[in-house]
Amino acid sequence: MRIEAYERIFMVLAALMLALGIVGIAIGALVAGVHVPSPAGRVDPRTLSTTPPFDQPGLRELGGGKYEAVIVARAWQFQPNEIQVPVGSTVTFTMASPDVIHGFVLTGTNANVMVIPGQIAQVTARFDQPGEYVWVCHEYCGFGHHLMFGKVVVR
Amino acid sequence: MSATARPQVVSGGGAIAREGIFLAEQLWPIKGQLALALVGLAVGGLMGLMQALDRVGVVIYKAFLMQSYYQGLTIHGVLLAFLFTFGFGNAFVSLMAIRGFERPLASTFLVQGAFWTMLVGTLLAAYAILRNQATVLFTFYAPMRASSLFYLGAALLVISTLLTTLNLVLTRRAWQREHPGERTPLLGFVGVVTYVMWALASLGVVVLVVFFLLPWQLGWLRTTDPQFNRILFWFTGHAIVYFWLMPAYISWYLLVPRQVGGRVFSDSLVRLVFILLLIFSVPTGLHHQYVDPGIPTIMKVVHLVTTFSVVYPSLVTAFTVMAALEDGGRARGGRGLLGWIWKLPWGDPSVAAQLLAMLVFVLGGATGIVNASYNLNNVVHNTSFVPGHFHMTVGTAVALSFIGITYWLVPYLTGRELMGRRLALAQAWLWFVGVLLFARGQIAAGLLGEPRRSSIGEAPYRELISAGIDNWLTAIGGTLMVVSGALYFIVILWTVFAGRRLAQPMEIPVAEMRFGARETSPLWDRLGFWFLVAVVLVVIAYVPLFVLYLPLHSVSPPIKVY
Repeated sequence: MRIEAYERIFMVLAALMLALGIVGIAIGALVAGVHVPSPAGRVDPRTLSTTPPFDQPGLRELGGGKYEAVIVARAWQFQPNEIQVPVGSTVTFTMASPDVIHGFVLTGTNANVMVIPGQIAQVTARFDQPGEYVWVCHEYCGFGHHLMFGKVVVR
Repeated sequence: MSATARPQVVSGGGAIAREGIFLAEQLWPIKGQLALALVGLAVGGLMGLMQALDRVGVVIYKAFLMQSYYQGLTIHGVLLAFLFTFGFGNAFVSLMAIRGFERPLASTFLVQGAFWTMLVGTLLAAYAILRNQATVLFTFYAPMRASSLFYLGAALLVISTLLTTLNLVLTRRAWQREHPGERTPLLGFVGVVTYVMWALASLGVVVLVVFFLLPWQLGWLRTTDPQFNRILFWFTGHAIVYFWLMPAYISWYLLVPRQVGGRVFSDSLVRLVFILLLIFSVPTGLHHQYVDPGIPTIMKVVHLVTTFSVVYPSLVTAFTVMAALEDGGRARGGRGLLGWIWKLPWGDPSVAAQLLAMLVFVLGGATGIVNASYNLNNVVHNTSFVPGHFHMTVGTAVALSFIGITYWLVPYLTGRELMGRRLALAQAWLWFVGVLLFARGQIAAGLLGEPRRSSIGEAPYRELISAGIDNWLTAIGGTLMVVSGALYFIVILWTVFAGRRLAQPMEIPVAEMRFGARETSPLWDRLGFWFLVAVVLVVIAYVPLFVLYLPLHSVSPPIKVY
């Protein structure tokens, strides 16, 4: 194949750049511990309201500054749509949808997950600064999609 | 404006006049598909105004006769992502195949069939959407219910592209029979590769519509599996962006260099780039699903690697196309390190539009790498960062290139001179400035957590996400793009209906190679072999996923939420 000399250099550098990108991602995951959401189990959306833990949505204290927020994402609201935790808390959000696909992005954190009927969605965020952290539904879920939001109040 | 800035005009009869190659019965469906594409661009683009103004609280969907913001958004997505791109691709690549292979398409029936399926598909989908029976955006994720006419319409649009694929493959085969032992002409080859890649990619959405959504919507299946359906959608959903992009690459590699008076370095390298796109475009879909809860993490890592691989041919393109442009700029008297840039024919709207599209693609590609970067995607997934990114790729690298191509293609097909050249130049620059403002706004707002595909103007949390100035940039930039689109249609309609007749037929601007097909190893012309490699990679990327994911979790009945 005919490849010009400068082009050959460029092609090698481009490959190195991409390899470096993957190394950076690996460091982010393995050293800094920034992960993507992993499977957390399946659930039947038709019987969600009677399936634990989604039959009783809300915040539970797990001890040691850890909390679990069980949230039902339905058209077009989060239940609950506000939780309050002390500064320094680590909150695991466990979510499911009884209807269509929803989404969850918690501003100011790395917590971002799809809430897909049939799947339990789980993400964790740590709150070291006091304030209000807004979360919104980020997948189109119908006429009132833009009404779906909630917040974490950190004191 | 210099004379050289004009499209190549060859005395003694241009290609369009060559009877026996360009047949009238093949040209009308090509023109028809181009016209459908431009209707899609006009109507879909107009919806962009409603969306742009929504960002600053000006909610005007009712003035557009829409039931909701999302009905307009569905029109925007379906018409621009499917109709505009498919129609333009079918028309342009078919025409390039005729020119490249120097023979008519193998089947007149197939090219006419592609036109009719596209027309009927568009009408069915448009009827469903306009009746508010399919306000499901262009992703139509289950379990959101849409009219079966919508799925049928979408399926017909895909079938139209598959008919074109078959025709291109048959045309290449016919050429090979007529020229035993020779390398296929590059201009024909790259189009066939584009469509063969797409045929493989479309498998996901075809299975989704035929085996899941249609029977489910018609009541033959009670429930479906939304997570699995998303996997099928994104099997097609990432490769489709390369299907949008590759016709633009065909122009950048093989036509623009001629328009600027440069040459392409080597035939074989262009083939390598297209072959890499063929084999790496499809096994990458999970990078749209990094934050999906139901997908094993290990498979997300596999797709991270394949996704980074498919970036590579675009990085090579950045060098190779730039080199061909520099060759042209220097041939026109450019001196010094950067002096050649100013010598390029910026006064030619076709060239200017495509050069600006390439510039924007640098930023579009860079932001795409952010999306593709696994855990980094947590910060931007489904935020307005994403439309910020893809309006620089499909919305400019592709759309503005297609617009630039039509600045010679429409005169070529109609035999009329391009009218309003200054207006056309202004159009290209306005789009360029518009998209940069728009993307700057969307990207910054996305980093603050503003969601995509949401009616921000009606959202109660609008003030809680402090993206005020960014949303203004989005609104202004988006409006400039719509104004640019309006200028475009003035130029095109003026040309078609009132353009001066060209004194001589035009020639399609095809670049020369410094090292042509004769020096290309037969390996780079073996489409069947590379297709097999692509299939193997798809199997590696998807079969373990299916094994880990199954059994299906069919739990969702159709739900109408709009």
